[in-house]
Amino acid sequence: MPEPTLALRGAFLARPVLPKAFVQSTTAWTLAAPAVVLMALMLVGPTLAVVALAFTDYQLGAQSLEWIGLGNFRDLANDRTFWKSLSNTLLYAAIVVPGSVALGLGAALLIESGTSLRAFYRAVFFIPVMSTLIAMAIAWEFMLHPGFGLVNLALKSVGIAGPNWLRTEGLALYVLAVIGIWQQFGFNMVLFLAGLVSIPRLLYEAAAMDGASSAWERFRLVTWPMLGPVTLFVVVISAIRAFQVFDTVAVLTKGGPNKSTEVLLYSMYAEGFEFFRSGYASAITVVFLLLVLAVTVIKARVMEKRVHYA
Amino acid sequence: MASISIGSVSKSFGEVAVLRDVSLDIADGEFVTLLGPSGCGKSTLLRLIAGLEAADAGSVRIGDTDVTSLPPRSRDVAMVFQSYALYPHLTVFENMAVPLRMRRLGTLQRLPLIGSLLPGARLKLDAIAADVQRVAAQLDIQPLLSRKPGQLSGGQRQRVAVGRAMVREPAAFLMDEPLSNLDAKLRVHMRTEIAQLHRTLATTFVYVTHDQAEAMTMSDRVAVMLGGRVLQVGTPDAIYHDPANLAVAEFVGSPRINLLNGRFDGECVRCPGGRIAVKLEVAAGQDVRIGFRCESATLAPDGEGDLRGEVAHLENLGSDVLVHVRVSASKAPVVIRTASSPGVGRFRVGDAIGVRTGHRLLAFDRDGARLGVLHTGGLDEATAASQVAHA
Repeated sequence: MPEPTLALRGAFLARPVLPKAFVQSTTAWTLAAPAVVLMALMLVGPTLAVVALAFTDYQLGAQSLEWIGLGNFRDLANDRTFWKSLSNTLLYAAIVVPGSVALGLGAALLIESGTSLRAFYRAVFFIPVMSTLIAMAIAWEFMLHPGFGLVNLALKSVGIAGPNWLRTEGLALYVLAVIGIWQQFGFNMVLFLAGLVSIPRLLYEAAAMDGASSAWERFRLVTWPMLGPVTLFVVVISAIRAFQVFDTVAVLTKGGPNKSTEVLLYSMYAEGFEFFRSGYASAITVVFLLLVLAVTVIKARVMEKRVHYA
Repeated sequence: MASISIGSVSKSFGEVAVLRDVSLDIADGEFVTLLGPSGCGKSTLLRLIAGLEAADAGSVRIGDTDVTSLPPRSRDVAMVFQSYALYPHLTVFENMAVPLRMRRLGTLQRLPLIGSLLPGARLKLDAIAADVQRVAAQLDIQPLLSRKPGQLSGGQRQRVAVGRAMVREPAAFLMDEPLSNLDAKLRVHMRTEIAQLHRTLATTFVYVTHDQAEAMTMSDRVAVMLGGRVLQVGTPDAIYHDPANLAVAEFVGSPRINLLNGRFDGECVRCPGGRIAVKLEVAAGQDVRIGFRCESATLAPDGEGDLRGEVAHLENLGSDVLVHVRVSASKAPVVIRTASSPGVGRFRVGDAIGVRTGHRLLAFDRDGARLGVLHTGGLDEATAASQVAHA
C-alpha cells in the first residue's frame, strides 16, 4: 500500500519547512540588526534629516520651524555667493582631479619601475595623506607667508618678488588647489601601485614580441588600458574628495579674499555655524550631495562599461 | 623562415641554474619540440630564443644573424603564450593587428583618431586590415573579429593567439605549451591543426610542452630536457625506441618503461623473478638495469617465459588491456599491453603468470648510461642487430 505511506511521509516532511524558513529569516535579521541599526542611525537618518531641513527655515537653536518648500533653493538660485562657491568648487576639482591623478600615476610608475628605495618613496609620498590637513595647512600658511615664508624667501634669493599667495584674489584658489594636489596624490599613487601590480607580466611580454619596444608604447598598449578600472575609481574618489575641500579654506583663507576661495562646504559651514541658518545650509548640503551622486551615477552607468573588458 | 642555433647557453636565476650549457640546432622549417617535466628549463630556453630573457653565457643565432643581444622586436620571431596573453581591451581584429601596427606604422600614425589622418597612414591601415582578414580566414575566425577576448572560448582564444603570431609572417614560431589550457578533446584536435599549420606555413616551429603525446605526434624532432640539460635530440621514434639514457627512457612513453634491476652473469641477466637471456657489452658480474616497453613483452603461461609473477591489476583501455604483473620483490609492477578480446577476461587478479620480455631490450648501467645489447635470446637477430647499431 504505497499511497498512504507516501502521504504520511509527505506530511511528516512538510511540517518543519515553514518554521525552518521562519527561523532562518529571523536569524538573518537578528545578525544583520546591529549593522542595520547603525546605518539607519549614522548614515540614512542624518541624511534624511538634512534633506528634510533643506525645505524649512530652521535656525540653529530655534524653538520652531516653518515648512517653506523650495524657498531655500529659490534663495540659493539668486545668491551670488552660492554660484561663486559652486563654480569655485568645480574649478578646484577641475584642477585637483587631473593634477592628483596624473601625479599619482606618474609617481606609481616611477616607483614600480625603480629597484631601490621603493618603500621609502611610497612612505614619503603617502605622508600628506595620513597627516592632519589642518596641521599641514598651518605649515603651508607659514611657508606661503609673504614676508618670511619659505617660498617667497626662496624666490627672493633668485631675484623674484613673490606675491602674497593667499591674499591675492586671482591666485588664492590655485594655491589651494596645489595644496589639494599635494595632499591627494599620495593616496592615488597607492591605488595605482596596487593596479600596476595586478597587470599580468605576460601582457608586457606579448607586447615585446609584438614589437612594442619603448616605454611609451608599452604604456599605451598595456599599462594604460589595463589600469582603466583603477583610473576610473581614482578619478571618482579624487573628484568626491575635491568637492569636499574645506580644511585648507577654513584655515588659510576663510573663503577670501573677496569670496575668491569660497567653496560649497565652506559656504555651508558659514551659513550653518556662523549665521545659524541651518535650513539654508542644509539646502547647500543637498546640492553638494547631488553633485557627489551625479559623479557616482556617471561612474556606475556610463564609465564602468568602458573599462571592464570581459 | 630561418634556422635557429643555440650555442652553449647557460642561464641562472639567482642561485638556481636553469640551463646548463645547452646547445641545439634547429633546421629551417623544422618542427622541434622541447619536452620535459616542469622546471626542466624548456620554457626558459624558448624565452631565450624569443629575447624575453638574456643568457648568462652562450649565443643564439636566428638565420645568419647573431641575436644574442637583440631585443625581441628585432628577432623576427612570434610567440604563442600558454595563457594566450591577448590584450583584453582590444577586439580580436585589433589584437591581431597590433604586431603589424607596431612594425608598419610610425609613432604618430599609431595615435588614435589623428593617426589615421596622417599622410600614408590610410594605405598602410588598409593593408593591415587586408592581412588580418586573410589570416582570420585561414584560421576560420572571421566571425569573431569584432569580439573581445573575454567573450571567446578557450579554443577560440588559442586560435586568435596563433593568428596574432601568424599575421606578420615571422621567421619562426615559438609556442609555450599552447594547448595546456584546453580540454582533452580540443587538445587532440588542435594538435592536428597545429601540425597542419606547420605543413602549410613551412616555417620553423619551436614548441614547448610537458605532454609527450603532443611531442610525439607533432614534431620532426624532440629535444628531451631534464635539469637544465638537453639529454637527447632525435625523432619521436628515436627517443622512444632508442633512448640515450635511463632518464629519457623513463620520461618518454606511457605507461612508463618497465625496469628490472639485475646482475649480468655473462649469459643472461638474473633479476628477482627470473632471468633474461641477453648478451651485453659489459663484463660478467656487473649490476645492470634492463628495460622493455609494455608492448614489446608478452604474457606466457605460468612457468614459461623469462619472468614469473602474479597479476596485480588490470586496466582495460578498450582497445588494449594493460596487465600489471607483480614480479617478486620488485616494487613497481611490470606492465604488459595485450590486445583485449571481447567476452571473458583471460586474466584475473591473483593469477600466477609468466612474462616473455621480448627482443627489444634496453640495458643501462647503474648510473643510467645506455649499454649495448649484443644478443637477445637468439630469437630475433635483426632486432638485436639494429639495437647494437644504435647503441
